[in-house]
Amino acid sequence: MNITSFAPLAVVLPILGAALTFLLIHYPRAQRAISIAILSLTLLLECWLLASVWEGGTAAVDIGGWLPPWGIVLVVDQFSSLMLVVSSTVSLAVLIYATGQGMADGDRDAPVSIFHPTYLILVAGVSNAFLTGDLFNLYVGFEILLTASYVLITLGGTGPRIRAGVTYVVVSVVSSVLFLIAIAMIYGATGTINMADLAIKLGDLDQGTRTLLHVMLLVAFGIKAAIFPLSFWLPDSYPTAPAPVTAVFAGLLTKVGVYAMVRTETLLFPGDALNAPLMVAALLTMVVGILGALAQSDIKRLLSFTLVSHIGYMVFGLAVSTVAGLGAAVFYVAHHITIQTSLFLVTGLIERRGGSSSMDRVAGLAKLSPVLGVLFFIPAMNLAGIPPFSGFLGKLGLLQAGVELGTPLAYALVIGGVLTSLLTLLAIARVWNRAFWRKPEDAEHPDPVLLAAPADSATGDRAGKTNVTLLPRTMVGSTLGLVAFGVALTVFAGPLFRVADQSAEEMLDRSPYIHAVLGEDAPVPPVPPAAQPGPRQQQGQSQGGGK
Amino acid sequence: MSVNLTLLTVMGALYACGIYLILERSLTRVLLGLMLLANATNLLILATGGYAGLAPIFDKDTPAGDYNDPLPQALILTSIVISFAVTAFMLGIIYRTWVLARQDEIQDDAEDRRVAETPSFDAEDDSVIPVETSEFPLAMVGPDEAVTIMSGDRPVRADKAAAEEQPGSLNVDPRPEGGEE
Repeated sequence: MNITSFAPLAVVLPILGAALTFLLIHYPRAQRAISIAILSLTLLLECWLLASVWEGGTAAVDIGGWLPPWGIVLVVDQFSSLMLVVSSTVSLAVLIYATGQGMADGDRDAPVSIFHPTYLILVAGVSNAFLTGDLFNLYVGFEILLTASYVLITLGGTGPRIRAGVTYVVVSVVSSVLFLIAIAMIYGATGTINMADLAIKLGDLDQGTRTLLHVMLLVAFGIKAAIFPLSFWLPDSYPTAPAPVTAVFAGLLTKVGVYAMVRTETLLFPGDALNAPLMVAALLTMVVGILGALAQSDIKRLLSFTLVSHIGYMVFGLAVSTVAGLGAAVFYVAHHITIQTSLFLVTGLIERRGGSSSMDRVAGLAKLSPVLGVLFFIPAMNLAGIPPFSGFLGKLGLLQAGVELGTPLAYALVIGGVLTSLLTLLAIARVWNRAFWRKPEDAEHPDPVLLAAPADSATGDRAGKTNVTLLPRTMVGSTLGLVAFGVALTVFAGPLFRVADQSAEEMLDRSPYIHAVLGEDAPVPPVPPAAQPGPRQQQGQSQGGGK
Repeated sequence: MSVNLTLLTVMGALYACGIYLILERSLTRVLLGLMLLANATNLLILATGGYAGLAPIFDKDTPAGDYNDPLPQALILTSIVISFAVTAFMLGIIYRTWVLARQDEIQDDAEDRRVAETPSFDAEDDSVIPVETSEFPLAMVGPDEAVTIMSGDRPVRADKAAAEEQPGSLNVDPRPEGGEE
């Protein structure tokens, strides 16, 4: 009896919590207590899973005792357990933030009674997608989290949210249909949907069929991960949702898509068959995304565009597909989940204090609320990749991997990465100059809230009081906690990079995963013949061995 | 593997109609398109199961090849349930759009339009820097009005205060700034 046999609890606990909170829909206090307790419990379990995988290696759980490849398996390896821990930490912080907001506002802006069960279901879907070792179960996990997200993005049913929700729902459903078609075709071609079994059987298909299946999966996941040119839906739909919802979407949903892409690329279709198109997509995602961000005047929309842009970095690491590149991508995913979520949470606070999230209306916040300034500044610099923050370390790892690979396309990506990082700094600096340093009178359409509380010494107390009423302590506290977690990722970047590199090594090796699912005597196929292990693969191996 | 040609033709027709419908602007048609796509995909999954055969209930006299493949049908069942839920939700959204906007069409994103129409001139970044950069807002006051402002706890006439800020002013009074005697 191993701790990993409790892995299904990471999915089951939030679902049970959702049922409980739904029953207690008229008791908001009990709802809050239960959902926070359930998520904390899940987080503890996941930390334990990560620790046990760190020592004991990859492990698989057969659901209901059905043996793979027939039954559904959950696989706990270093990558999935790391993602679980980071995503649960982030969702716990957002949950506390949301309860703070609910307690301060009541049900006016967002009906919190419905929020709790839906949110827990979303967390269950995310955990399921991270853990599953079965392609159809991955589809079900996606559908669980997407259906919950449909409800969350249209929470309250106001005009703008419904308008944004329609785009979001239609695009998500189309991507799900594409994914389902891909699953059907894969089942038709191989007769299995177990991922470890597929890793063995897909290698026997001929090159054309394999490429078709590969592209189908990548397009379906690319829509979910918002990779250019499949990213158009994201900046339109995310910003209108309530602040905690946007924050958790930005942190988790696109990363689930990236996670699925990493699994596809490493486990199902190893080799470098589609690496060149992926690199081009990564370059375009980075550059086009950040150029979009520069044109925005609303902070939430600007952050949505930086979100798209930085997905490009993760695809960059994935496309390089050496141990160094993949490890840096894993590190970057963990970093970016935390940072992007905290930035959206701070933007929610800015909206409360400044009355708006538009840069034409907000100004002078550095003086009105220095705490807000600090909370924004740290993750913002982290996102832009200023040393010594984790954003810098992640980008450095990616650039090193790119230079090591040394093809012209890789150099183009390195240049694009540096350029994107600088443009991110520009976009963030514009927000800082306008919302924090500018005087409220200088704003184009200053919000009455800002002018009502002049921040000079005589009325300093009054401004202080406004801060307290507009910024509940729970919300500031949870944001502070998440920003601190982001800083902790910087402080403990060494161990984290070791976990990331080791998980990258395991994913490229594939044998731990296949052996954990199908038993020790399962054959691990070589990388398919069409994709000869070129210099990049050997380089990656020797590089990994050196560490 | 042989497949049912009628089913495949129906599947192709459903896909074609579905794709045509989701490209419309009317939300109801988009929803119908999504339903057709989902059903076409169900047929595709069914086709991947191969021959139609006996119900997959174990009987020791039947050879293994005669059974139907039960897995695709389980997948179809799941996907029917999911598309059912999504369809119900979409109907709710469409009804809400109708209640709010009295139209059954996808609406433009107002913020997108605004950003597209924004002139390239940016008041914050591109405007000429004013000569008067002093803290004292003389621009708001006419020249004849005598406005006093507080410098620390000392009342000063605004124009004098501004003059003190100008380069080369005679503000060489040894008293510390803020007006302490």
